[in-house]
Parts: sequence; structure tokens; C-alpha cells
Amino acid sequence: MLKTRIIPCLDVADGRVVKGVNFVDLIDAGDPVESARAYDAAGADELCFLDIHATHENRGTMYDLATRTAEQCFMPLTIGGGVRTTEDVRNLLLAGADKVSFNSAAVADPDVIARAADRFGSQCIVCAIDAKTIAWDEDGTPTKWAIYTHGGRKPALDKDGHPMDAVEFAKLIESKGAGEILLTSMDRDGTRAGFNIAMTRTIADAVKIPVIASGGVGTLDHLVEGVTEGHASAVLAASIFHFGDYTIQEAKDYMASKGIPMRLT
Amino acid sequence: MLTALVDYNSGNLHSAHKAFERMARETGAGTIVVTSEPDVVAKADRIVLPGDGAFPACKKQLFDYTGLFEAISEAVITNGRPFMGICIGMQMMATRGLEYEDTAGFDWIGGEVVKITPSDPALKVPHMGWNNLHISNPHPVLDGVSEGDHAYFVHSYHFKATDPAHRIAHVDYGEEVTAIVARDTMIGCQFHPEKSQRAGLRIVSNFLGWKP
Repeated sequence: MLKTRIIPCLDVADGRVVKGVNFVDLIDAGDPVESARAYDAAGADELCFLDIHATHENRGTMYDLATRTAEQCFMPLTIGGGVRTTEDVRNLLLAGADKVSFNSAAVADPDVIARAADRFGSQCIVCAIDAKTIAWDEDGTPTKWAIYTHGGRKPALDKDGHPMDAVEFAKLIESKGAGEILLTSMDRDGTRAGFNIAMTRTIADAVKIPVIASGGVGTLDHLVEGVTEGHASAVLAASIFHFGDYTIQEAKDYMASKGIPMRLT
Repeated sequence: MLTALVDYNSGNLHSAHKAFERMARETGAGTIVVTSEPDVVAKADRIVLPGDGAFPACKKQLFDYTGLFEAISEAVITNGRPFMGICIGMQMMATRGLEYEDTAGFDWIGGEVVKITPSDPALKVPHMGWNNLHISNPHPVLDGVSEGDHAYFVHSYHFKATDPAHRIAHVDYGEEVTAIVARDTMIGCQFHPEKSQRAGLRIVSNFLGWKP
């Protein structure tokens, strides 16, 4: 049986982890490779590096990082941030990434997903969607979500000048060949208030490809909800693991105790 | 001893290279070389064909290297050198692949590469993540790998072998999805041993020591 994945995410700038990582026995908590090795040993199912500056100069640093991580870690590695072209994808894959995540570039030109998927296969093309709630029903349940780009600073508009609908966009990039969606709720990111469940479920149910829930995890119950109520295939979290609130193993054991299939060994 | 990892411009070679290098170092299994040269492949004692991507594109890329497939085929089929295909490298061992279009494979192991069609519509395609192996036919390359061990998969198509004896292991995903095929001196893994932590590295080291 396929297991639900737990994916720690490391924000990287200039080759260093920028959100604090607070592992026991870690020599250098700011070194992404050291962090990756600790998560590998802890039994993380995958790892995600997000290049938060995503400048051209930073590219070389990310290639180097992918290379050094692949030498140390034998679990899948996704790299995202500033990926624009199929050449970017090829270079990251050659450096050691297993999957590459598009974000702003896919919003500007969804066909870049098609070109990358045709060349490298859907299995390594992730599309990250950052979305904010823009409408609620009378009970206060979110009903509509709009896409933001450029690290959440810029609202994306469709060709009619309306806010770009996250559900429609998810279906579009699935049709272009994306293999997975990394869905971040900008309302929840950093709040520790839990995933945006309505958004996660609506999008996970609207597409056939796996959806990774992201943004807002503060407790282990949030991870459970992302799967049982949000219908996510994987859950991504940063702070609760980096700051040592919970270990990967504690999270896996807890999710398993709630009936979710997990890889425990 | 020389193990050739065939580079035909398809996807992630780095991870596979590092995993094979590490296990070769730990087990004293000689040198790992990444190559597109038919001459190097012809000299190699073992051959690994990795690959990420769509079946037709990978097949074309491989055959774009003049003489490369012929060298692989002579080493494996004529000279019986151990061969491991990974992901698309495994799928191309089939008679044909049906991804996008009908594409001829190497026809080393009879069968077709078909879309995964889980009986449960809630199951996502691609089949992506960790799944536990059900081993139906014991194989030396699986020595030390136990029933239920996890491996990392990421694929939308799988290898339906004509002869059940050629299917060594499968996983459950709304249907039985082929995980490992093998015949004579060749073995193919649908999952990524280089990304499958303990069980995966064990398979890599077993392959490097395999004397069929």
C-alpha cells in the first residue's frame, strides 16, 4: 500500500538554511546538507529545498547544494524557487535533484510545464501553487482561492484581469503534465493554525495528481487533518520539525495511530 | 571491475551515480563510470540503464547515440553481462511501451508498458511515494530485502510481463503494479533503488556482486 509522505521543507538562501533548524547533535544547523542528512537519518520520506532568493547568481549555489545533498542522502529531493526554463530543470536534475518545482514561471506561461514534462517526464515536474482565500460562504468556510506569485507578493490575473482561480489553475497545469502539486495556503503559512483544509480538499479532489498540503502546521493533528479531511497525498512542514517540537518519527507514529498508512521503518 | 552507468541525456544520473559509487566503495566492487561511449559499454562488466521521462522520448534519446544500444545489447544478450534497468530503463526492456504512442522496446522480457489504472478512483496517478514490496519470485539481487520492505516509486506506467515468472516483485496500488522484473542476467526495477534508503542500497550492492 502506498504510504502518506512527510516532507520537511528547508528555506535556503545563498546556500544556507534561513529558518532556524534546531536539531540535536547537528554541527552546523545552517548547512542544508547537514540538515538534509539529519532528516535522512530521521526517516523523512522526501526533502524539499526552496531557494527563497532565487536570483540568477544563487543558481550556482543551488546546483552545488543539490550535488552535495545527493552525495549524502538517499531519499528524494525536490528543489524549487526561481525555476523558469527546461534548461533550469535539466541543470537541477543533473546536479542531483529528483524533482523540480515551478511556481511563478508556470503562472506566466503554463506551457513551460508541458515542455518540461515532455522532456523529462511528469514524474519530476512539480508545480507549486501559492493561494489566498478570496471568498467565503455564509458559514465562513472558504470557497474561492486566488493565486499569488513572486513569493506571494504579486496577485496573478487571468486574461480578463480577474484574480486567477487556484482550482482552475490546478486543473490546467495537470492537463499540461505536472506530476504533483505543492499547495501552500498563504493565509495559513507561518500561523501554526493548521492547513487550509477547504482549499486542500477542493483542489486534491479536482485533480488526479498528488497534492502536497503546505502552510500552517502547528500540531500533529494538523498533519492528520491534511490527509483525512484535506485529502492530501503528502504533508509538508517546516517549523515544527526544524525547531524540534516534534521528530519525524513522532509525527509518523501519531499519523499511523490515527489510521493513516505510514512508512514506519 | 567496471560498471557502466549509461548516460543518454535522460534525467537524474547524479543520484544513481552516487548510490552506485558508495556501494561499490563499501563492497569493493570496482569502478563506476558514467558514459555514453559504446566502446566503454562494450568493456564494462556490468551495465546500468537509468532514465527518467516519457518512454518514446527516452527511447529516441538512447538511439540518438550511434552504436550505443548495439553495444549494450551485445554486452547483455550476446555476452551475458549483468544488466540493471531503473524506471524507464527497466520499462524499455519490454516488448513495447504504450505511453503517448506505441513504441517498440528492446523486447528482452516479453510484455507491455501500460498506464496504471487503479480500481479505486481516489488513488492518484502518478503512483508517487513509498510502497511496500511483495516478492513473488526470490532473486539473488533481493538478498537481504524482506517482504514488506519499502521502495520509492514515481511513475504512471508499469511493466505487465507476459510470463509471470519474469515478475519478481510487485506493489499494491488499486491493482498489482510491477516493481521488479528479471530474466537471465538482467533485472529491472520500476522504483528508484538509489532513492530507497536501506532496501534500495542493498539492491544496488547485491547487483554489484551478482554473478548470474
